[in-house]
Amino acid sequence: MATTSPILREVIKETIRHHLTVENGLAMGQCLTAVGWVGGTLPEIYEEGGMVELSMADVAGGGFAVGAALAGRRPIYVIRFQGFNWFNAPIIVNYACKSKEIWRRPCPMFIRSIAMEGAIGPVAGSSHHALYYRMPGVKIYSPMTPEEYRVTYREFMAGDDVFYVSEHRGAYTNADELSDIVHEQPDYVLCPLSITRFAAVKASQELLAEGIKVAVHHIFRVKPFASGEAMLRSLGRCAVGGCVLDDDYPDGIAKSLAHDLAELSKTPMAALGLQKRSAGFAASVDNLPPDAATIASFVRRKLGIAK
Amino acid sequence: MDEGSRPSLPGIMKLDNILARRIFERADLCRAFEEAAFRQIQHGNIRIPTYLSAGQEYAPATLSVALETAGIRQRQIFIQHRGHSTYLCFGGDIDELTLELLGDPRGCAYGMGGSASIHSVAANIYGHDGLMGSHGPIAVGMCYANRVPTICFVGDAAAEEDYFLGAIGWASTKRLPIIFVVEDNNLSILTEKKVRRNWEMDEVARGFRMKAFDVDDDPEQILACLDATTGLFAEPMLLNIRTNRLFWHAGAGIDSTETFDRHRAFAVRFEPAYRADVQQRQRETVEKTWQRHLQSCVK
Repeated sequence: MATTSPILREVIKETIRHHLTVENGLAMGQCLTAVGWVGGTLPEIYEEGGMVELSMADVAGGGFAVGAALAGRRPIYVIRFQGFNWFNAPIIVNYACKSKEIWRRPCPMFIRSIAMEGAIGPVAGSSHHALYYRMPGVKIYSPMTPEEYRVTYREFMAGDDVFYVSEHRGAYTNADELSDIVHEQPDYVLCPLSITRFAAVKASQELLAEGIKVAVHHIFRVKPFASGEAMLRSLGRCAVGGCVLDDDYPDGIAKSLAHDLAELSKTPMAALGLQKRSAGFAASVDNLPPDAATIASFVRRKLGIAK
Repeated sequence: MDEGSRPSLPGIMKLDNILARRIFERADLCRAFEEAAFRQIQHGNIRIPTYLSAGQEYAPATLSVALETAGIRQRQIFIQHRGHSTYLCFGGDIDELTLELLGDPRGCAYGMGGSASIHSVAANIYGHDGLMGSHGPIAVGMCYANRVPTICFVGDAAAEEDYFLGAIGWASTKRLPIIFVVEDNNLSILTEKKVRRNWEMDEVARGFRMKAFDVDDDPEQILACLDATTGLFAEPMLLNIRTNRLFWHAGAGIDSTETFDRHRAFAVRFEPAYRADVQQRQRETVEKTWQRHLQSCVK
């Protein structure tokens, strides 16, 4: 694992500073300039510099950003909690994502959708990227590292697509790039996305100490999804099968990707994500993404190993 | 757009005979088009849900003529379904609209838009996605981002959407150069306004601290609203324009033969010979267009 600096939070902040000061872009959202500047990911720039505070009308706010995109300002639209997409998504997915196909008018916008976990309740917790996943005309990336974020922004600026960028506050302090963990003959294969990538690495390391070889192939580009040769090779050689890990409910992206990977690799695939219940605020009723211990237990069960 | 470059319309908002003729001729082209489309639906040549705007021609005809008279060429227009007249009045291509209704890939929206989601790059007209009123926030966002004078046409039902109201509010907050035109035909399909709400859009807009008027679709009344401002796009404005839908919500049919027809009422101010000449000319134009494309369209 190569260490780089600065941390992801700083990279996001500098990306937005560049977007506003060099690219004539806009950043739009609610409560952007409040204390904290969205987890320290925004530069201290105000409306005259392109940092646009919107009203609290979530559905309309998504439409304002779409309009700014039609005007060619390539807005970075900040949604502070991914669950707020239940209100913010309609005009984005039905207009911006379809505009190029219906009217041949591109509507490029960059949706910064931020997840977090723990004591944040039934809506604000976890990722909700599956909301967008089923719709055409959108690219979904989930960058967890500084370089992945730079790549995401570069690809956005080079094209004319709508990008849903699934962020996680848990990754903001990360300065490291995440490399795949490859074994010649893996016992099991993990294909994690978003914040579960860190837990998957940890679980793989713990299991290796027990003599269990678990490959980890990170998913950064969620849609369009390209499995890559290395991932398919690991799945083809593994003893039992693989699992897609997500911090959204599994009846969405995780099961879809698992299905695609099973077809491509002819290997049994599973999906693991949030439990199928609402999250509460108290720790006893929270609903967190699978951590390293949960993933390790899941793999052992799949391998028929008791611990 | 800074204050100094905002167009104003001193003196042009009186409905003189020249302006009246331009409005009438434009409205009559729209009426001829919709009557022809009505027949093509009946003949089975148009096979998609079609939202005819007959009866509602005078809001777009009057406003488009007003903008042209004021020399406002750089503007962006947002429309929704029942937008054929708005499309034609603001410079949309009649051939491309005809082809669109016929489902031809040469249509204004490449056959993708149908009747509801028409647009025109050349005329800077933006279509909508089918979510009623979603073009309201989009129009506001685009206007905010480029400060180009913007008109957003919406029906009295779509204007009730919560996000449309939020869009009016933010346009007011940012003092954007935008006019919301509520084409108030009193109907959502067939549900009357009084069943749906106890308030009016102009009242709502004024509540958002926006200049707003509630008028009939009489060109004289519409122009008087513009005259009441210091400049057409000096500040955001909402016009609730009461109008009448002559045909069914969708398709070729007539709900009532008693419906007031603005076009018929406005026409009586002109000499019969002029009126007949305009009507013959516009119908010939439309008929030739339909005949040309009925032969060549990709079925």
